[in-house]
Amino acid sequence: MAVLAHAEAGEIAARLRNLSLPDHQDLRTPENGLVMLRGRVGGDGAPFNLGEATVSRAAVRLASGEVGFGYTLGRDGEKARLIALCDALVQSRDFGGAVEREIIAPLREQLMVRRKQAAAAAAATKVDFYTMVRGEG
Amino acid sequence: MYVAVKGGERAIENAHRLLAHKRRGDQSVAEISLDQISEQLGLAVDRVMSEGSLYDRELASLAIKQARGDLIEAIFLVRAFRATLPRFGASEPVDTGTMRVQRRVSATFKDIPGGQILGPTFDYTHRLLDPSLAQGFVPERPAAAEASTAPTPRVTDILGRDGLIESSPEAEDGASVGDLTREPLNFPADRDLRLQNLARGDEGFLLAMGYSTQRGYGRNHPFVGEIRFGEVEVDFVAEDVGFAVPLGAIELTECQMVNQFKGSATEAPCFTRGYGLAFGQSERKTMSMALVDRALRARELGEEVLAPAQDEEFVMSHSDNVQATGFVEHLKLPHYVDFQSELGLLRKLRQEFSKASAETNTPDAMKEAAE
Repeated sequence: MAVLAHAEAGEIAARLRNLSLPDHQDLRTPENGLVMLRGRVGGDGAPFNLGEATVSRAAVRLASGEVGFGYTLGRDGEKARLIALCDALVQSRDFGGAVEREIIAPLREQLMVRRKQAAAAAAATKVDFYTMVRGEG
Repeated sequence: MYVAVKGGERAIENAHRLLAHKRRGDQSVAEISLDQISEQLGLAVDRVMSEGSLYDRELASLAIKQARGDLIEAIFLVRAFRATLPRFGASEPVDTGTMRVQRRVSATFKDIPGGQILGPTFDYTHRLLDPSLAQGFVPERPAAAEASTAPTPRVTDILGRDGLIESSPEAEDGASVGDLTREPLNFPADRDLRLQNLARGDEGFLLAMGYSTQRGYGRNHPFVGEIRFGEVEVDFVAEDVGFAVPLGAIELTECQMVNQFKGSATEAPCFTRGYGLAFGQSERKTMSMALVDRALRARELGEEVLAPAQDEEFVMSHSDNVQATGFVEHLKLPHYVDFQSELGLLRKLRQEFSKASAETNTPDAMKEAAE
Protein backbone atom coordinates (compact mmCIF):
# COMPACT_ATOMS: atom_id res chain seq x y z
CA MET A 1 0.00 0.00 0.00
CA ALA A 2 3.03 2.28 0.37
CA VAL A 3 3.03 2.55 -3.42
CA LEU A 4 -0.38 4.26 -3.35
CA ALA A 5 0.76 6.87 -0.85
CA HIS A 6 3.49 7.84 -3.34
CA ALA A 7 1.08 8.12 -6.29
CA GLU A 8 -1.12 11.04 -7.32
CA ALA A 9 -4.90 10.79 -6.79
CA GLY A 10 -5.44 11.15 -10.55
CA GLU A 11 -3.15 8.20 -11.33
CA ILE A 12 -5.00 5.93 -8.90
CA ALA A 13 -8.41 7.11 -10.10
CA ALA A 14 -7.52 6.57 -13.77
CA ARG A 15 -6.47 2.97 -13.10
CA LEU A 16 -9.49 2.28 -10.89
CA ARG A 17 -11.74 3.25 -13.80
CA ASN A 18 -10.52 0.14 -15.62
CA LEU A 19 -12.17 -2.09 -13.00
CA SER A 20 -15.88 -2.57 -12.58
CA LEU A 21 -16.08 -1.67 -8.92
CA PRO A 22 -18.41 -3.31 -6.40
CA ASP A 23 -20.80 -1.18 -4.35
CA HIS A 24 -19.08 0.60 -1.52
CA GLN A 25 -19.69 3.43 0.91
CA ASP A 26 -17.64 5.89 2.92
CA LEU A 27 -17.15 4.67 6.45
CA ARG A 28 -15.22 7.82 7.24
CA THR A 29 -15.52 10.71 4.84
CA PRO A 30 -12.11 12.18 4.03
CA GLU A 31 -10.72 14.27 6.86
CA ASN A 32 -7.56 16.41 7.04
CA GLY A 33 -5.38 16.63 10.11
CA LEU A 34 -1.84 16.56 11.38
CA VAL A 35 0.67 13.90 12.31
CA MET A 36 3.66 14.88 14.44
CA LEU A 37 6.76 13.59 12.63
CA ARG A 38 9.44 12.16 14.86
CA GLY A 39 13.18 11.80 14.45
CA ARG A 40 15.74 10.22 16.71
CA VAL A 41 18.55 11.94 18.62
CA GLY A 42 21.72 11.26 16.61
CA GLY A 43 19.62 9.37 14.02
CA ASP A 44 19.39 6.22 16.14
CA GLY A 45 18.67 7.35 19.71
CA ALA A 46 15.65 8.45 21.72
CA PRO A 47 12.78 9.94 19.68
CA PHE A 48 12.02 13.66 19.51
CA ASN A 49 9.30 15.70 17.82
CA LEU A 50 10.63 17.22 14.60
CA GLY A 51 7.52 18.99 13.33
CA GLU A 52 4.09 18.16 11.97
CA ALA A 53 2.85 17.17 8.52
CA THR A 54 -0.58 17.48 7.00
CA VAL A 55 -2.27 14.11 6.56
CA SER A 56 -5.56 13.13 4.99
CA ARG A 57 -7.47 10.00 5.98
CA ALA A 58 -10.60 8.12 4.98
CA ALA A 59 -12.23 4.71 5.40
CA VAL A 60 -14.37 2.80 2.91
CA ARG A 61 -16.56 -0.32 3.28
CA LEU A 62 -17.44 -2.61 0.42
CA ALA A 63 -20.96 -4.00 0.18
CA SER A 64 -19.36 -7.40 0.85
CA GLY A 65 -18.09 -6.10 4.21
CA GLU A 66 -14.36 -5.47 3.68
CA VAL A 67 -13.17 -2.28 5.35
CA GLY A 68 -10.24 -0.33 3.95
CA PHE A 69 -8.30 2.56 5.45
CA GLY A 70 -6.52 5.30 3.55
CA TYR A 71 -3.84 7.55 4.99
CA THR A 72 -1.59 9.87 3.04
CA LEU A 73 0.64 12.90 3.53
CA GLY A 74 -0.96 16.10 2.27
CA ARG A 75 -4.52 17.38 2.16
CA ASP A 76 -5.93 15.47 -0.78
CA GLY A 77 -9.01 13.84 0.73
CA GLU A 78 -9.94 12.19 -2.56
CA LYS A 79 -6.55 10.44 -2.62
CA ALA A 80 -7.11 9.16 0.94
CA ARG A 81 -10.52 7.85 -0.14
CA LEU A 82 -9.07 6.10 -3.20
CA ILE A 83 -6.35 4.48 -1.08
CA ALA A 84 -9.03 3.31 1.39
CA LEU A 85 -11.04 1.88 -1.49
CA CYS A 86 -7.98 0.02 -2.84
CA ASP A 87 -7.19 -1.21 0.67
CA ALA A 88 -10.71 -2.64 0.93
CA LEU A 89 -10.53 -4.15 -2.55
CA VAL A 90 -7.21 -5.96 -1.97
CA GLN A 91 -8.84 -7.77 0.92
CA SER A 92 -11.65 -9.01 -1.26
CA ARG A 93 -11.26 -12.38 -2.93
CA ASP A 94 -12.90 -11.11 -6.11
CA PHE A 95 -10.84 -7.95 -6.53
CA GLY A 96 -7.56 -8.51 -4.66
CA GLY A 97 -5.70 -9.87 -7.69
CA ALA A 98 -7.02 -7.25 -10.08
CA VAL A 99 -6.08 -4.35 -7.79
CA GLU A 100 -2.55 -5.70 -7.40
CA ARG A 101 -2.24 -6.31 -11.15
CA GLU A 102 -4.03 -3.25 -12.59
CA ILE A 103 -3.26 -0.59 -10.01
CA ILE A 104 -0.49 -1.34 -7.55
CA ALA A 105 1.99 -3.15 -9.83
CA PRO A 106 2.08 -0.48 -12.58
CA LEU A 107 2.26 2.34 -10.04
CA ARG A 108 5.09 0.51 -8.27
CA GLU A 109 6.93 0.23 -11.56
CA GLN A 110 6.49 3.98 -12.19
CA LEU A 111 7.75 4.75 -8.70
CA MET A 112 10.81 2.54 -9.17
CA VAL A 113 11.65 4.26 -12.47
CA ARG A 114 11.47 7.67 -10.76
CA ARG A 115 13.63 6.45 -7.89
CA LYS A 116 16.14 4.87 -10.22
CA GLN A 117 16.47 8.11 -12.18
CA ALA A 118 17.03 10.08 -8.98
CA ALA A 119 19.59 7.53 -7.76
CA ALA A 120 21.43 7.61 -11.11
CA ALA A 121 21.58 11.42 -11.07
CA ALA A 122 22.94 11.35 -7.52
CA ALA A 123 25.44 8.61 -8.40
CA ALA A 124 26.87 10.79 -11.18
CA THR A 125 27.89 13.30 -8.48
CA LYS A 126 29.87 10.74 -6.48
CA VAL A 127 33.45 11.83 -5.88
CA ASP A 128 36.31 9.72 -7.23
CA PHE A 129 39.33 10.66 -5.19
CA TYR A 130 42.79 10.35 -6.60
CA THR A 131 46.08 11.18 -4.94
CA MET A 132 48.46 13.69 -6.37
CA VAL A 133 52.02 12.44 -6.04
CA ARG A 134 54.42 15.24 -5.37
CA GLY A 135 57.48 15.18 -7.64
CA GLU A 136 61.02 15.01 -6.30
CA GLY A 137 61.85 18.22 -8.19
CA MET B 1 -6.72 59.76 31.25
CA TYR B 2 -8.47 57.22 29.01
CA VAL B 3 -7.62 57.61 25.33
CA ALA B 4 -10.09 56.16 22.85
CA VAL B 5 -8.37 54.18 20.04
CA LYS B 6 -11.38 53.29 17.94
CA GLY B 7 -11.82 54.67 14.47
CA GLY B 8 -9.23 52.96 12.28
CA GLU B 9 -11.53 50.43 10.64
CA ARG B 10 -11.76 52.03 7.23
CA ALA B 11 -8.06 52.86 7.17
CA ILE B 12 -7.23 49.23 8.03
CA GLU B 13 -9.57 47.87 5.39
CA ASN B 14 -8.10 50.13 2.73
CA ALA B 15 -4.55 49.35 3.86
CA HIS B 16 -5.21 45.62 3.34
CA ARG B 17 -6.73 46.37 -0.05
CA LEU B 18 -3.60 48.31 -0.95
CA LEU B 19 -1.44 45.45 0.33
CA ALA B 20 -3.27 42.99 -1.94
CA HIS B 21 -2.66 45.34 -4.87
CA LYS B 22 1.04 45.73 -4.05
CA ARG B 23 1.39 41.98 -3.58
CA ARG B 24 0.16 41.38 -7.10
CA GLY B 25 2.56 44.02 -8.42
CA ASP B 26 2.41 45.19 -12.03
CA GLN B 27 -0.50 43.28 -13.53
CA SER B 28 1.06 43.26 -16.97
CA VAL B 29 3.60 40.82 -15.43
CA ALA B 30 2.42 37.18 -15.23
CA GLU B 31 1.15 36.05 -11.83
CA ILE B 32 3.40 33.59 -10.01
CA SER B 33 1.86 30.14 -9.39
CA LEU B 34 2.24 27.94 -6.32
CA ASP B 35 3.89 25.31 -8.52
CA GLN B 36 6.42 27.86 -9.67
CA ILE B 37 7.23 28.77 -6.08
CA SER B 38 7.43 25.12 -5.01
CA GLU B 39 9.57 24.08 -7.99
CA GLN B 40 11.78 27.13 -8.49
CA LEU B 41 12.07 28.61 -4.99
CA GLY B 42 12.31 25.19 -3.36
CA LEU B 43 14.75 26.13 -0.63
CA ALA B 44 12.52 28.99 0.53
CA VAL B 45 9.68 26.46 0.72
CA ASP B 46 11.91 24.10 2.72
CA ARG B 47 12.73 26.86 5.18
CA VAL B 48 9.08 27.83 5.65
CA MET B 49 8.15 24.17 6.23
CA SER B 50 10.99 23.71 8.77
CA GLU B 51 10.41 26.84 10.79
CA GLY B 52 6.65 26.80 10.27
CA SER B 53 7.01 23.27 11.66
CA LEU B 54 4.58 21.88 9.09
CA TYR B 55 5.52 19.62 6.19
CA ASP B 56 3.28 20.66 3.29
CA ARG B 57 4.94 22.13 0.21
CA GLU B 58 1.74 23.55 -1.24
CA LEU B 59 0.77 25.39 1.95
CA ALA B 60 4.30 26.75 2.39
CA SER B 61 4.24 27.99 -1.23
CA LEU B 62 0.90 29.68 -0.66
CA ALA B 63 2.25 31.29 2.51
CA ILE B 64 5.29 32.63 0.63
CA LYS B 65 3.04 34.08 -2.06
CA GLN B 66 0.67 35.63 0.46
CA ALA B 67 3.57 37.06 2.47
CA ARG B 68 5.13 38.65 -0.64
CA GLY B 69 8.26 36.58 -0.07
CA ASP B 70 8.68 37.66 3.58
CA LEU B 71 9.65 34.24 4.94
CA ILE B 72 9.09 35.02 8.61
CA GLU B 73 5.59 36.30 7.78
CA ALA B 74 5.06 33.09 5.75
CA ILE B 75 6.23 30.98 8.70
CA PHE B 76 3.76 32.86 10.90
CA LEU B 77 0.92 32.06 8.44
CA VAL B 78 1.84 28.37 8.41
CA ARG B 79 1.97 28.20 12.21
CA ALA B 80 -1.46 29.83 12.41
CA PHE B 81 -2.86 27.35 9.88
CA ARG B 82 -1.57 24.30 11.76
CA ALA B 83 -3.53 25.42 14.80
CA THR B 84 -6.76 24.89 12.84
CA LEU B 85 -6.27 21.15 12.23
CA PRO B 86 -6.79 18.22 14.62
CA ARG B 87 -3.80 16.02 15.37
CA PHE B 88 -4.20 12.35 14.48
CA GLY B 89 -1.12 11.31 16.45
CA ALA B 90 2.65 10.96 16.10
CA SER B 91 4.59 9.06 13.45
CA GLU B 92 7.02 6.26 14.09
CA PRO B 93 10.48 7.85 14.36
CA VAL B 94 11.92 8.12 10.83
CA ASP B 95 15.02 6.08 10.04
CA THR B 96 17.59 8.36 8.40
CA GLY B 97 19.89 5.34 7.95
CA THR B 98 17.58 4.08 5.18
CA MET B 99 17.33 7.48 3.49
CA ARG B 100 17.34 7.47 -0.33
CA VAL B 101 20.37 9.68 -0.39
CA GLN B 102 20.52 12.55 -2.91
CA ARG B 103 23.51 14.11 -1.23
CA ARG B 104 25.86 12.83 1.40
CA VAL B 105 29.23 14.22 2.36
CA SER B 106 31.64 13.70 5.21
CA ALA B 107 34.41 16.11 6.17
CA THR B 108 36.02 13.56 8.48
CA PHE B 109 36.42 10.44 6.32
CA LYS B 110 37.30 10.45 2.65
CA ASP B 111 36.39 6.83 1.97
CA ILE B 112 33.01 6.24 3.56
CA PRO B 113 30.99 3.18 2.54
CA GLY B 114 28.53 4.36 -0.10
CA GLY B 115 30.84 7.22 -1.07
CA GLN B 116 30.75 10.98 -1.04
CA ILE B 117 27.78 12.11 -3.11
CA LEU B 118 27.70 15.82 -3.82
CA GLY B 119 24.13 15.99 -5.13
CA PRO B 120 22.53 19.34 -5.94
CA THR B 121 24.77 21.79 -4.07
CA PHE B 122 25.97 25.41 -4.16
CA ASP B 123 29.32 24.16 -2.81
CA TYR B 124 32.21 24.75 -5.24
CA THR B 125 30.20 27.23 -7.32
CA HIS B 126 31.98 30.54 -7.85
CA ARG B 127 29.15 32.70 -6.57
CA LEU B 128 29.18 34.76 -9.73
CA LEU B 129 25.81 36.06 -10.89
CA ASP B 130 24.74 34.20 -14.01
CA PRO B 131 23.07 36.49 -16.58
CA SER B 132 21.96 33.47 -18.64
CA LEU B 133 19.46 32.66 -15.88
CA ALA B 134 17.67 35.96 -16.40
CA GLN B 135 15.40 34.50 -19.05
CA GLY B 136 14.73 31.34 -21.00
CA PHE B 137 17.45 29.20 -19.46
CA VAL B 138 17.03 25.49 -20.21
CA PRO B 139 19.31 23.33 -18.06
CA GLU B 140 21.11 20.28 -19.39
CA ARG B 141 19.73 16.92 -18.38
CA PRO B 142 21.48 15.70 -15.25
CA ALA B 143 24.31 13.25 -15.83
CA ALA B 144 23.49 9.67 -14.88
CA ALA B 145 25.68 6.90 -13.55
CA GLU B 146 25.15 3.39 -12.31
CA ALA B 147 23.85 3.74 -8.75
CA SER B 148 25.39 1.47 -6.17
CA THR B 149 23.04 -0.71 -4.18
CA ALA B 150 25.46 -0.71 -1.23
CA PRO B 151 23.98 0.72 1.95
CA THR B 152 25.01 4.18 3.10
CA PRO B 153 25.45 3.78 6.85
CA ARG B 154 25.66 6.88 9.00
CA VAL B 155 29.29 7.87 9.58
CA THR B 156 28.62 8.06 13.31
CA ASP B 157 27.55 4.40 13.22
CA ILE B 158 30.95 3.49 11.74
CA LEU B 159 32.82 5.46 14.42
CA GLY B 160 30.53 3.98 17.02
CA ARG B 161 31.59 0.42 16.21
CA ASP B 162 35.07 1.13 17.58
CA GLY B 163 33.72 3.01 20.56
CA LEU B 164 35.46 6.17 19.32
CA ILE B 165 32.28 8.18 19.61
CA GLU B 166 29.61 8.29 22.29
CA SER B 167 26.45 6.40 21.42
CA SER B 168 23.14 8.20 21.01
CA PRO B 169 21.03 8.41 24.16
CA GLU B 170 18.48 5.58 24.35
CA ALA B 171 14.87 6.28 25.16
CA GLU B 172 14.00 5.55 28.75
CA ASP B 173 11.32 2.91 29.12
CA GLY B 174 7.87 4.45 29.06
CA ALA B 175 9.24 7.97 28.78
CA SER B 176 6.94 10.25 26.80
CA VAL B 177 8.37 12.46 24.07
CA GLY B 178 8.34 16.12 25.11
CA ASP B 179 6.25 18.40 22.93
CA LEU B 180 6.60 22.14 23.28
CA THR B 181 3.47 22.74 21.21
CA ARG B 182 1.47 21.08 23.98
CA GLU B 183 3.20 21.95 27.26
CA PRO B 184 4.83 25.23 28.27
CA LEU B 185 8.61 25.24 28.26
CA ASN B 186 10.34 24.62 31.57
CA PHE B 187 14.05 24.72 32.37
CA PRO B 188 16.20 22.74 32.51
CA ALA B 189 14.81 21.17 29.32
CA ASP B 190 15.65 17.68 28.10
CA ARG B 191 17.35 17.01 24.79
CA ASP B 192 14.13 15.98 22.99
CA LEU B 193 12.57 19.36 23.75
CA ARG B 194 15.78 21.19 22.89
CA LEU B 195 15.97 19.48 19.50
CA GLN B 196 12.31 20.23 18.78
CA ASN B 197 12.92 23.86 19.66
CA LEU B 198 16.03 24.05 17.46
CA ALA B 199 14.33 22.24 14.56
CA ARG B 200 11.71 25.00 14.34
CA GLY B 201 14.12 27.75 15.39
CA ASP B 202 15.13 30.66 13.17
CA GLU B 203 17.93 29.76 10.80
CA GLY B 204 19.60 33.15 11.17
CA PHE B 205 19.54 32.98 14.95
CA LEU B 206 20.94 29.44 15.01
CA LEU B 207 23.57 30.36 12.44
CA ALA B 208 24.77 33.23 14.63
CA MET B 209 24.71 31.06 17.75
CA GLY B 210 26.58 28.23 16.00
CA TYR B 211 29.08 30.70 14.57
CA SER B 212 29.67 32.13 18.05
CA THR B 213 30.74 28.68 19.30
CA GLN B 214 33.31 28.49 16.49
CA ARG B 215 34.67 31.91 17.44
CA GLY B 216 35.30 30.80 21.00
CA TYR B 217 32.04 31.48 22.84
CA GLY B 218 31.49 27.91 23.98
CA ARG B 219 34.20 26.20 22.03
CA ASN B 220 33.38 22.61 21.08
CA HIS B 221 35.73 21.95 18.17
CA PRO B 222 33.37 20.57 15.53
CA PHE B 223 33.87 18.42 12.45
CA VAL B 224 31.10 17.53 10.03
CA GLY B 225 30.89 13.78 10.49
CA GLU B 226 28.21 13.70 7.86
CA ILE B 227 25.52 15.68 6.10
CA ARG B 228 22.88 13.76 4.21
CA PHE B 229 19.84 14.88 2.27
CA GLY B 230 17.18 12.70 0.69
CA GLU B 231 13.84 10.98 1.12
CA VAL B 232 12.74 8.90 4.08
CA GLU B 233 9.53 6.94 4.48
CA VAL B 234 7.03 7.90 7.16
CA ASP B 235 4.95 5.29 8.98
CA PHE B 236 2.09 6.02 11.33
CA VAL B 237 0.35 3.66 13.72
CA ALA B 238 -3.26 4.60 13.12
CA GLU B 239 -5.58 3.75 15.99
CA ASP B 240 -8.46 2.71 13.75
CA VAL B 241 -6.25 0.46 11.62
CA GLY B 242 -4.33 -1.06 14.51
CA PHE B 243 -0.94 -1.24 12.79
CA ALA B 244 1.57 1.03 11.07
CA VAL B 245 0.37 2.49 7.76
CA PRO B 246 2.71 4.17 5.26
CA LEU B 247 2.01 7.89 4.81
CA GLY B 248 4.49 8.48 1.99
CA ALA B 249 7.95 10.03 1.94
CA ILE B 250 9.39 13.33 3.12
CA GLU B 251 12.67 15.04 2.31
CA LEU B 252 15.01 15.62 5.23
CA THR B 253 18.50 16.95 5.85
CA GLU B 254 20.53 15.47 8.67
CA CYS B 255 23.83 16.73 10.10
CA GLN B 256 26.02 14.71 12.42
CA MET B 257 28.59 16.94 14.06
CA VAL B 258 31.57 15.20 15.70
CA ASN B 259 33.11 17.16 18.55
CA GLN B 260 36.02 16.97 20.91
CA PHE B 261 36.34 14.42 23.60
CA LYS B 262 34.85 13.58 26.89
CA GLY B 263 36.12 10.93 29.25
CA SER B 264 36.51 10.16 32.91
CA ALA B 265 38.33 7.89 35.31
CA THR B 266 35.86 5.13 34.41
CA GLU B 267 35.17 5.90 30.76
CA ALA B 268 37.70 5.97 27.93
CA PRO B 269 37.77 9.28 26.09
CA CYS B 270 35.60 9.46 22.98
CA PHE B 271 34.22 12.02 20.55
CA THR B 272 30.98 13.74 21.50
CA ARG B 273 28.11 14.56 19.15
CA GLY B 274 25.77 17.31 18.08
CA TYR B 275 22.73 16.59 15.93
CA GLY B 276 20.73 18.51 13.37
CA LEU B 277 17.60 17.45 11.45
CA ALA B 278 15.23 19.56 9.36
CA PHE B 279 12.62 19.32 6.61
CA GLY B 280 13.77 19.64 3.02
CA GLN B 281 17.27 20.57 1.93
CA SER B 282 18.31 22.76 4.84
CA GLU B 283 22.03 22.35 5.22
CA ARG B 284 23.00 25.63 6.87
CA LYS B 285 20.12 25.13 9.29
CA THR B 286 21.03 21.59 10.31
CA MET B 287 24.73 22.42 10.65
CA SER B 288 23.92 25.37 12.91
CA MET B 289 21.43 23.25 14.82
CA ALA B 290 24.05 20.54 15.41
CA LEU B 291 26.58 23.10 16.69
CA VAL B 292 24.05 24.61 19.07
CA ASP B 293 22.76 21.18 20.17
CA ARG B 294 26.32 20.25 21.15
CA ALA B 295 26.88 23.58 22.93
CA LEU B 296 23.64 23.10 24.89
CA ARG B 297 24.95 19.78 26.20
CA ALA B 298 27.53 21.63 28.31
CA ARG B 299 25.70 20.95 31.57
CA GLU B 300 25.28 17.24 30.78
CA LEU B 301 28.98 16.90 29.83
CA GLY B 302 30.24 18.77 32.87
CA GLU B 303 31.49 21.79 30.94
CA GLU B 304 31.41 25.30 32.35
CA VAL B 305 28.42 27.24 31.01
CA LEU B 306 29.92 30.57 30.04
CA ALA B 307 28.71 31.44 26.54
CA PRO B 308 25.24 32.38 25.25
CA ALA B 309 25.09 29.29 22.98
CA GLN B 310 25.51 27.04 26.05
CA ASP B 311 22.66 28.70 27.94
CA GLU B 312 19.52 26.74 27.12
CA GLU B 313 17.16 29.31 28.57
CA PHE B 314 18.75 32.03 26.46
CA VAL B 315 18.82 29.94 23.27
CA MET B 316 15.42 28.29 23.57
CA SER B 317 13.63 31.47 24.63
CA HIS B 318 14.92 33.45 21.66
CA SER B 319 15.15 30.93 18.81
CA ASP B 320 11.54 31.11 17.68
CA ASN B 321 11.13 33.81 15.05
CA VAL B 322 7.33 33.89 15.30
CA GLN B 323 7.52 34.66 19.02
CA ALA B 324 10.40 37.06 18.48
CA THR B 325 8.78 38.96 15.64
CA GLY B 326 5.51 39.11 17.57
CA PHE B 327 7.14 40.82 20.50
CA VAL B 328 9.41 43.09 18.49
CA GLU B 329 6.75 44.08 15.97
CA HIS B 330 4.02 44.68 18.52
CA LEU B 331 5.95 47.82 19.42
CA LYS B 332 4.54 49.50 16.31
CA LEU B 333 0.93 48.98 17.39
CA PRO B 334 -0.79 51.81 19.27
CA HIS B 335 0.73 52.29 22.72
CA TYR B 336 -0.96 55.65 23.26
CA VAL B 337 -2.11 54.96 26.81
CA ASP B 338 1.25 53.54 27.94
CA PHE B 339 3.01 56.43 26.31
CA GLN B 340 0.69 59.01 27.92
CA SER B 341 1.59 57.70 31.36
CA GLU B 342 5.32 57.76 30.50
CA LEU B 343 4.92 61.29 29.22
CA GLY B 344 3.15 62.33 32.42
CA LEU B 345 5.92 60.84 34.51
CA LEU B 346 8.65 62.48 32.44
CA ARG B 347 6.96 65.91 32.74
CA LYS B 348 6.79 65.49 36.51
CA LEU B 349 10.48 64.49 36.69
CA ARG B 350 11.47 67.46 34.58
CA GLN B 351 9.44 69.81 36.81
CA GLU B 352 11.19 68.43 39.88
CA PHE B 353 14.54 68.76 38.13
CA SER B 354 14.00 72.42 37.25
CA LYS B 355 12.70 73.14 40.73
CA ALA B 356 15.83 71.56 42.27
CA SER B 357 18.07 73.43 39.82
CA ALA B 358 16.39 76.74 40.59
CA GLU B 359 17.20 76.32 44.23
CA THR B 360 20.92 75.64 43.68
CA ASN B 361 21.95 77.35 40.43
CA THR B 362 22.70 80.82 39.11
CA PRO B 363 20.02 82.62 37.07
CA ASP B 364 21.88 81.74 33.81
CA ALA B 365 22.01 78.04 34.49
CA MET B 366 18.38 78.14 35.58
CA LYS B 367 17.44 79.49 32.16
CA GLU B 368 19.22 76.59 30.46
CA ALA B 369 17.54 73.97 32.61
CA ALA B 370 14.12 75.41 31.81
CA GLU B 371 14.85 75.04 28.11
